[in-house]
Amino acid sequence: MNSHFPALIIVVPLLSAFVIVMAGWLNKKYCFPLAAAALGSSLVSAVAMLSRVMDSGPFTYHLGGWAPPWGIEYRVDHLNALVLVVVAAVAFINLIATRAIVRADFPEKTGSFYGLYSLFATGLLGVVVTGDAFNLFVLLEITALTGYALIGIGKQHAPLASLNYIFMGTIGASFYLLGVGYLYLATGTLNMADLALHLSKISGSTVVLAAFLICLTGLYMKMALFPLHAWLPNAYACAPSAAAGIIAPLTTKVMVYVLIRITLFVFTPAFTYAHLPLNQAMIWLASLAIVMGSILALSQKSLKKILVYIIVAEVGYMVGGLWIGNRISISGSILHIVNDAAMTLCVFLAAAGLQFKLKGDSFIALRGSFRKMPYTMAALVVGGLSIIGVPPTCGFFSKWYLISGALTAGTYQFVVALLLNSLVNVVLFFRIFEIGYFEPFPGQDSHRGQKAQAINEAPLSMVAMLLLVSAGLIALGLFSSDMVTRIILPSIPAGIL
Amino acid sequence: MATIYSIKPLLAVIVSLLLIPVLISSRTPNIREGWTFAIALAKFLIVASMVPAVLLGNQIVFTVAEIIPGLAIRFKVDALGILFALVASLLWIVTSAYSIGYMRGLKEHSQTRYFCFFALALSATIGVAFSANLLTLYLFYEMLSFATYPLVTHHQDREARSSGRKYLLYIVGPSIGLVLPAMLICYHLTGTLEFTPRGFLAGAASPLMTAVLLFMFIFGFAKAAIMPMHAWLPAAMVAPTPVSALLHAVAVVKVGVFSIARVMTGVFGVDLLAGLHLGTIVCYIAGFTVIVASLMAISQDGLKRRLAFSTIGQLSYIVLGVALLSPKGMTGGLVHIAMHAFGKITLFFCAGAIFVATGKKYISEMTGIGKRMPVTMVAFFIGSLSVIGLPPTGGFFSKWYLVLGTLESGQTTMLIILLTSSLLNAAYFLPIVYHAFFCSPEKAMFGDDIQEAPLWCVVPPVITAAGSVFLFFYPTLFVRLAELAIGL
Repeated sequence: MNSHFPALIIVVPLLSAFVIVMAGWLNKKYCFPLAAAALGSSLVSAVAMLSRVMDSGPFTYHLGGWAPPWGIEYRVDHLNALVLVVVAAVAFINLIATRAIVRADFPEKTGSFYGLYSLFATGLLGVVVTGDAFNLFVLLEITALTGYALIGIGKQHAPLASLNYIFMGTIGASFYLLGVGYLYLATGTLNMADLALHLSKISGSTVVLAAFLICLTGLYMKMALFPLHAWLPNAYACAPSAAAGIIAPLTTKVMVYVLIRITLFVFTPAFTYAHLPLNQAMIWLASLAIVMGSILALSQKSLKKILVYIIVAEVGYMVGGLWIGNRISISGSILHIVNDAAMTLCVFLAAAGLQFKLKGDSFIALRGSFRKMPYTMAALVVGGLSIIGVPPTCGFFSKWYLISGALTAGTYQFVVALLLNSLVNVVLFFRIFEIGYFEPFPGQDSHRGQKAQAINEAPLSMVAMLLLVSAGLIALGLFSSDMVTRIILPSIPAGIL
Repeated sequence: MATIYSIKPLLAVIVSLLLIPVLISSRTPNIREGWTFAIALAKFLIVASMVPAVLLGNQIVFTVAEIIPGLAIRFKVDALGILFALVASLLWIVTSAYSIGYMRGLKEHSQTRYFCFFALALSATIGVAFSANLLTLYLFYEMLSFATYPLVTHHQDREARSSGRKYLLYIVGPSIGLVLPAMLICYHLTGTLEFTPRGFLAGAASPLMTAVLLFMFIFGFAKAAIMPMHAWLPAAMVAPTPVSALLHAVAVVKVGVFSIARVMTGVFGVDLLAGLHLGTIVCYIAGFTVIVASLMAISQDGLKRRLAFSTIGQLSYIVLGVALLSPKGMTGGLVHIAMHAFGKITLFFCAGAIFVATGKKYISEMTGIGKRMPVTMVAFFIGSLSVIGLPPTGGFFSKWYLVLGTLESGQTTMLIILLTSSLLNAAYFLPIVYHAFFCSPEKAMFGDDIQEAPLWCVVPPVITAAGSVFLFFYPTLFVRLAELAIGL
């Protein structure tokens, strides 16, 4: 049992997805507990694997007992053990938090929604756990297809946004597949460890170079790095709240994980950083992504739209940290995968709660929200401060490592971009807080001398999870030193200074 | 000099944080304010209990958590820190009493929120005072910025909103845009951020880099309101008066100058600054602020705005004193943290008492008010004497040391600036007092019958005014702490 965790973490939610759909035909009530049990078991598996990696180092699992490089190998090291915990935790927390919202939004389609949700989580977990480049593509497609469906069942423009996402996502995935195809041509293997072994010997080959660039382009499209971001804002903003709470925090972060996996573990750091004159260009691109994400966010008129452009900027953080290419900046990137997933979850859950109770997330709908929904707004404040980067919330610490790394490398444009982004985030969030705090809601005359409007909070499960996540943001900050020294630093390949 | 490991610094910081859930769950306002008092007193006693050890030359250390490898949230109680913490925690007790009178007198809304954020702000203030390194200081500095925002914008009207924006722009903008990168550059250059008695930057940074870093800190700590970073302070006067009194005369603004003093002594070190003549440049920047702020104060009709501009000038006295880099000058600057606090908080209390009793905010509407509110106006007079720097008030001592400091370091220009400024201080305070008491009956705007503000609003300024006088006769504690802080 113990040794099968790498398989169980995806097999359980995968099979549960079908059970949930069938259970939904019998009685809609069964769907939620089944999904919670499935994702809960994934979370347990993930935590167990992380603690095993921390105790005794990386380990592998051969699916079906087939030995690599022919069989599919699941390989768990510090890096993906950490990301697995993040993915499983976000999927589980969002599931619990949005229970009432799902019940209200999809009274007829509960079974399908939870089935898709489980499949989506399965795909993400699989992408992270697998050690096989082609298997990764398959799981990526599972994620993408269920993602399109989860977004498409939203209201109004959601189907159109989802269609746009399908086009871009498919092109991105095809690029990745093409790159993997080239690698297979060059080496005759698809196992990542095996690939790394072969690639280090033929790093001068044009085929390998082409494979690298094609993979990179595909991944950039999938993670919405500026200027390839155009599909993301509408898709995420139009997605139903319950789906946005898992898609927005995880998809881009998992793609960044794949980027790190491919650039540092399949291709060697020596190849990625030294063989190609790409570093400076990529750091400029990342800085541009951060600045443009900030500027575009400033021009938005609703909470969710602002949040999705913040995601576009945050992708630049992690890509920039990777390309700066020293231990500190890469630590920052990996830490930011964790932190950004947590803070995006926090703000998206808050947005979901607000939208549920206030019937919208436009600036007008948010009036008086501090009075109506004090706990939700308190969580949004913590999430906002973390995205701004105020200590001791976790957002400060990833920014600290990224800036430290950039100073060490002398890439000052990235430092400027990060600081600018922090300042813009202050404006973005305090504009929302101002509306919630100063502008009276309809029917209220003034703030003075009036009895407080009755509190009308989001459902209990939502508020409880929000408070848990916002406390988590502070805890992640206070324990980030432990996380960096015990998990993140050991996960970075030894060749990097 | 011994190092004592004790949890007391942490207790002093978090005791008011622990108060917040209690305040929220209190059933009646009386229970709520009772708790505020109890905690304020507890906080003061914890701080005071550390004074004897510090006076013996020890320092008290507590490490909370290592949050970045090699960098921890760490508290270190030394003379400089405890001087400031003592003032802030003592005056919080008085301000709590005053808040009750003021907030209830005006039937303000959302009082629970108000007391909660006040407690949070005090936690952050003590946190800054006891920070052992720049990272901890920055953490609490930012916490204070955000904790005071709901207090500044308490009225939640249009004016509060625009002032709140200005407040954030001026306070948070520079702290993220200047202090954060300066701190990271320091860390990058030296690998440490721990304050040391002689500074840690010497030899690690080029002279140009040192100068750039210094200015990033001085303007980045915008709470010190050195021009041109001062405009937030008059804007912040939309806050309820107890907030202006404790936060914008004592806690927040002093956190700014305290941070500058801490960075100049603990990061750069006196020797490095003196060697590069950077102290003199800072003196001129501060001196400019002193004079211009005093001149601007004269033309203000709003009483609180006049006090705000006066505060801007007085804060730069402290920076100027530290930047003189001479023993007497630095002592004077640091002692002024305490002396100005007692004087200015008295003045704000009086301004608030006048507002509660009469609804008047403008000086031109206060002619003859001395006959109606004699106690308040006598307290106001004593407060203004202290800010001007005349005996028998504590303010005399800090100004005296500052003047000695200018002579000691041969900065004649600074001497002239200090003396001019004292005259200007007199010019913007004494007419208020004069017109309050001595005016012809036909000009008087108030009747002869004595009608003071509620007791809760009158007693606190009397206490702090008495404190100012007390400090004239017994300034030893603060002077000694200041001397210890600069290593005498």
